[in-house]
Amino acid sequence: MAEIRFSGFGGQGIIRCGLITGKALSLYDNKHATMTQSFGPEARGSACSSQLVVSKDRVLYPYITIPEILVSMSQEAYDKYEPDLLENGILIIDTDLVKPKPVREKIQMFAIPSTRFAEELGNRIIANLVMLGFFTAVTKIVSPEAMKKALPGMVPGRFLDLNIKAFDRGYDYGGEVLKTAKPAKTKKKTAAKKKTTKSKK
Amino acid sequence: MKKVKVDPKGVLTGSHYIDGDYAIAEGGLAAGCRFFAGYPITPSTETAERFSERIPHVGGVFIQMEDELGSIAAMIGAVWGGKKTMTVTSGPGFSLMMENIGLACMMEIPLVIANVQRGGPSTGLPTLTGQQDMMQAKWGSHGDYEIIALSPDSPQECFDLTIEAFNLSETYRVPVFVMTDECVGHMHEKVVIPPAEEIEVVERKWYEGPKDKYLPYKLDKDGIPFMVKAGDGYRFHTTGLTRDERGYPVINAECQSVVVPHLVDKIINNADKIIMLEEDEIDGAEIVVISYGITSRVAIRAVQQARKAGIKVGTLRLKTVWPFPEKRIKQLARKIKAFVVPEINYGQIVLEVERCAAGKAPAFHVPHCGGWVHDPNDILKVIKEAAK
Amino acid sequence: MKKEDRLESKNPMEGFLRMDRIPHIWCPGCGIGTVVTSFTEALKKSKLDLDKVAVVSGIGCTGRVAGYVKLDSFHTTHGRAVPFATGLKLANPDLKVVVFSGDGDIFGIGGNHFIHAARRNMDILIICVNNFNYAMTGGQVAATTPMEANASTAPYGNFEFAFSLPYLAEAAGATYVARWTSLHLRRVTKSIQEALAKPGFSLIEVITPCVTLYARRNRLGDGLNLLKYYYDKSVIEHGADTRTLDISYQGKLVVGKFVDKEKPTFLDRMNEHMTKILGDKYVKYGE
Ligand SMILES: Cc1ncc(C[n+]2csc(CCOP(=O)(O)OP(=O)(O)O)c2C)c(N)n1
Ligand code: SF4
Ligand SMILES: [Mg+2]
Repeated sequence: MAEIRFSGFGGQGIIRCGLITGKALSLYDNKHATMTQSFGPEARGSACSSQLVVSKDRVLYPYITIPEILVSMSQEAYDKYEPDLLENGILIIDTDLVKPKPVREKIQMFAIPSTRFAEELGNRIIANLVMLGFFTAVTKIVSPEAMKKALPGMVPGRFLDLNIKAFDRGYDYGGEVLKTAKPAKTKKKTAAKKKTTKSKK
Repeated sequence: MKKVKVDPKGVLTGSHYIDGDYAIAEGGLAAGCRFFAGYPITPSTETAERFSERIPHVGGVFIQMEDELGSIAAMIGAVWGGKKTMTVTSGPGFSLMMENIGLACMMEIPLVIANVQRGGPSTGLPTLTGQQDMMQAKWGSHGDYEIIALSPDSPQECFDLTIEAFNLSETYRVPVFVMTDECVGHMHEKVVIPPAEEIEVVERKWYEGPKDKYLPYKLDKDGIPFMVKAGDGYRFHTTGLTRDERGYPVINAECQSVVVPHLVDKIINNADKIIMLEEDEIDGAEIVVISYGITSRVAIRAVQQARKAGIKVGTLRLKTVWPFPEKRIKQLARKIKAFVVPEINYGQIVLEVERCAAGKAPAFHVPHCGGWVHDPNDILKVIKEAAK
Repeated sequence: MKKEDRLESKNPMEGFLRMDRIPHIWCPGCGIGTVVTSFTEALKKSKLDLDKVAVVSGIGCTGRVAGYVKLDSFHTTHGRAVPFATGLKLANPDLKVVVFSGDGDIFGIGGNHFIHAARRNMDILIICVNNFNYAMTGGQVAATTPMEANASTAPYGNFEFAFSLPYLAEAAGATYVARWTSLHLRRVTKSIQEALAKPGFSLIEVITPCVTLYARRNRLGDGLNLLKYYYDKSVIEHGADTRTLDISYQGKLVVGKFVDKEKPTFLDRMNEHMTKILGDKYVKYGE
């Protein structure tokens, strides 16, 4: 069981991140994954997010409560969602876009200049794929094979190769980072910092 | 009831990662729906979008009407033109459709309306969930009549139950509602669409006798009249007025006393065949949690906790909400201590449970006025209270 | 008065009417029946396969027409005849679909559907009996009631502006628009014939006496008095600018055929456009 939140600003492909990972897990990795996204006034602001609940059994409660993985690709999204992150959760950020506060003690943080890498590959629009590659490498929650299988239909056909390249770039960088850090482990929920079951706002 | 194989053009066989709204469109296309008239409304619009994208590849018509009054009227016209038809909407649009839902009942029209419920009343919570139109589905149009309403709890069931909705609507010549909600409608999960050869659908009950003998509302042995389509030479008439077998208006109490019981009985007398329930650990249960749609998934969490705490809890999920499983509730009421009914409204289906339980067992409601699903703890609390 | 405009009493046309439903409910002197006669006459002359002609009505005195014609016929709900007809036509494009209904039904409660069906150039013919009021419910004021005229819900006279139906129809996109009175029976027949033969959205407005309500309340006499008014005050002006067709109380009635033009229908456009965009992948519809 894992609860994951992808966050950033509109136009970065944050919803796609949830869709691709959810599709990879449930169609190719034999897991159950329920993806929800914020709609409405809440989704209007610049912070946008998509949520995934992953489980080996059927997902019952469809929303995340205390995410153990938070991916943030913008400062505003980080500021908004970081306080909800599980005490010993995993935080993944874009180095250039998020200036994190001092990291909470038990939280493991991984950072990647995903937008910069995407620009080097020719288009910042694929930063989300760089991030997904990195996310896949450091969390090991989903297999890279499943993620790549999930891409057709989720990204424009003519940019498929470029998207795969972007994914690989992030994935490889993740591998390098892991050599210096311990691999991330999703842990048992210890203490909920804050209950968010009911409040959406 | 004649079952036929579906047109493979409409069936997108395979495993997909899609939301409930898309799954409804795919269910309709797989079932052979080739006419969709709709009007955009959150959180249901994705169904219309999906249909408009897919239909040119399948052969059929998508039309965005000027309002929901137009959508439902066009659908009824399209059924008389020989098509299977559906639409999708949410509370405000459902309200606008009510008059012609009555026409569809009176004319005995097979059609499917999906209501992706949001919080109400009025414009309410356009983007957030609710289960507040459950009574409206049953009682919304004027007069006495019966409809069928199903409640899917996942995108997969949105697909499956939309096909089932078409089958029921053709079998009983009645509007069938797929009463889902924003949460299921917008949630992405795996949806498996089987090969076309594995999907069977109920064919319209076409009349095959001599042309001059056709009577639009003469009941067949099974209590359901035969249909024809305009343009086939029957020169038939039909009306929203109370009518005789010929479809001619007869405005008096005698005729009314034939028509209304027919419209009601054709559903109620077949309730056992129509009703789909999912039960778990009911035998020996002291508490039975009755729920439907997304709430039943959330309730399981509470039920698991309650069982850990030593309470004997069974669950009953209403895949069919209307007609209501009156018989089953009556049986259970004699055996158990109490019902617990969580739903995302201020007390709708719980009233029906209470009515059926008739004082034999109390029904504890777990209300939620919409905007989000229940906190499982809130359900747990009521289960504990009911078990006291 | 030319011979062809003279009112004739005809034998009911058995093949076209549901004789088992006659006598009809209309008042003696009501003009609706004469419009039905013109319609059946036009059908006969048109040589259309009657199995492929369907009539859709809304609710009202005129709305009862669907119940009397021996065709596939649908008596629907108030205001919704046009979208019902839209669905019927699209589901079975072989049909010639005629909406036969009242002014209140089509332009009051159903006005929104009318303009949108016209905009789409939906291939349906609308025959609207304009009797200047909501007759079925007892003569209430309508969107077509001339200013100053009296109605049961305008007991001091109507002070609202009225719709000019041909102007509205043309502006919304109709490809055939005509107005007649029930005095011009042959002309009505001819217009219906023309419109039946023409694909696209057509409106034929027929100004018709409601003797029991509109005429009585306004002390305009019986049916014959009203026909005399039509005779005295109507002028045929084919091709007249539809902006000039307002009707004042007991004033001049400009009649004629105002619009007759070619435009692809909804289904033509759909097939043409989808083929252009999707090529072979498009599954053609209704051809
Ligand atoms: C929704 C609804 N509102 C009101 C009515 C009552 N009603 C029946 S007929 C009618 C007016 C009909 O007027 P018109 O279309 O001009 O037909 P006429 O009787 O004049 O031929 C009204 C208001 C109704 N049947 N349905
Ligand atoms: S009330 Fe008027 S419109 Fe209706 S039938 Fe009588 S005369 Fe005709
Ligand atoms: Mg009228």
